Amino acid sequence: MALFEFELPNPDTNNPKMAFGEADLVRRSASSVPEPARKLTSVAKLIDVSKCIGCKACQAACLEWNDMRQEVGTNHGVYDNPEDLTPNMFTLMRFAEWVNPETQNLEWLIRKDGCMHCEDPGCLKACPAPGAIVQYSNGIVDFVHENCIGCGYCVKGCPFNIPRISQVDNKAYKCTLCSDRVAVGQGPACAKACPTHAITFGTKDEMKKHAEDRIKDLNSRGFKNAGLYDPPGVKGTHVMYVLHHADKPEIYANLANDPRISPLVEIWKGAAKYVGLAAIALFAAIGVVHHVVEGPNRVSGEDEESAKKLAGSGRR
Amino acid sequence: MTAYDVETGDAVHPGNPVTVDRYTGGARINHWITAVSLVLLALSGLSLFHPSLYFLTGLFGGGQITRAIHPWIGVVLFFSFLGLFIRFWRANLWIADDGTWLARLKDVLTKHDDRLPEVGKYNAGQKMVFWGQSLLIIIMIISGVGIWDVYFADYTTVETKRLAVLIHAAAAVAMICIWIVHVYAAIWVRGTIGAMTRGQVTGGWAWRYHRKWLKELIGKA
Repeated sequence: MALFEFELPNPDTNNPKMAFGEADLVRRSASSVPEPARKLTSVAKLIDVSKCIGCKACQAACLEWNDMRQEVGTNHGVYDNPEDLTPNMFTLMRFAEWVNPETQNLEWLIRKDGCMHCEDPGCLKACPAPGAIVQYSNGIVDFVHENCIGCGYCVKGCPFNIPRISQVDNKAYKCTLCSDRVAVGQGPACAKACPTHAITFGTKDEMKKHAEDRIKDLNSRGFKNAGLYDPPGVKGTHVMYVLHHADKPEIYANLANDPRISPLVEIWKGAAKYVGLAAIALFAAIGVVHHVVEGPNRVSGEDEESAKKLAGSGRR
Repeated sequence: MTAYDVETGDAVHPGNPVTVDRYTGGARINHWITAVSLVLLALSGLSLFHPSLYFLTGLFGGGQITRAIHPWIGVVLFFSFLGLFIRFWRANLWIADDGTWLARLKDVLTKHDDRLPEVGKYNAGQKMVFWGQSLLIIIMIISGVGIWDVYFADYTTVETKRLAVLIHAAAAVAMICIWIVHVYAAIWVRGTIGAMTRGQVTGGWAWRYHRKWLKELIGKA
């Protein structure tokens, strides 16, 4: 504890109270869940960008824990490796070079990208497959792959452009916040692996408090705009950043400034669903009512006679 | 010279009753491929549109398969409808009488067909169904390719996909509504369905609903 101001203790893995499951769901895609009997403590991962050294231990740990392998790619002239998030690579160090106009210093901003675990998850709202995306009362948003149909609607719902669809099994993948580890009282693999403790994990309240201390420290060292990234547009996130320039999140490899679920998605998954089905039902109902009121439109014997007369006297 | 709306294969056979050839075998097969595709597309599309209809994916063998085949059925529909379009576009050109017919929609719906102008092969309602579906299918195929992520994910931005998926859903609803009108009209106007099953209607049917076309066929126009 002397070296680092925040160290995650190894929790008791035998503590059954830590476990969570189906009964703790607060949201389930394209379906509803009963009000859970208990409310888990809200958890969060805090990523202190100012402490990140870009070693990618978090990426390696993520691949290891999730038993994923990222194909060896090619160098694109930047440190980002792979170039983008993939169905295997749930987290990615994004390296940005920024010249601070006030100091003329080149600042190397390294942001660990990945699922933000939104309190208001756009992916879950967009998902058409019942139970393919779930949210637990501790805030973790998880993909349930056996229910996933690979439609990519989550990609459209996500304000952070995080989910990736596998070309191998046509299912969506993203960071799980190590829900399987958290369920047995362990922190996420990335947090355990981070050598500078730039990544910490705990209750959301603890993490906010920890962030406050960090922000105070950064302020004292001249970063007057240091702050916490916990965007209210998605009702807060369960992965938060400490940014030295919290007033300009976009300089961190295009971190969304004021992210929110796209209004197009809100319409598509809101009004359109009901108006659409109502319109179809209305047309069908008008048909039924019209038929009941007017009865069928039939050809009369007179019509047939007229046709006969016309055809008979025709030149053919 | 034949009239603009007399199509290949249209012919009158005197008899009791008079029968009129309205659709060739090719046109009917073309129509039914389109019809089956459209129904399958509506069922699979609706299953992913509203959670309460997700169970419809069961008809196709589950969500994954539904997601995978829906766009392919769309491709079938597009080309099948293209065939119909090439066959029927000329006969569906809008003429002045169509406006009059439409203005008297009340008479149409109350079966006062005698108060309407004489109709060619297609009435204004049928023409609107034709052009409406033609336009919507173009919208559907373009927006559909935009969200066919298995093959085309990298060709559009996420923001474009969001717009495409909303347009796709809205256009689909419009298409289904028009389809309901189309099917209902075929049921309501008795004797119509035979045109697309056996290819024939009775002379009386043609006299009552498409008199101008019948007269053109007989050569007395």
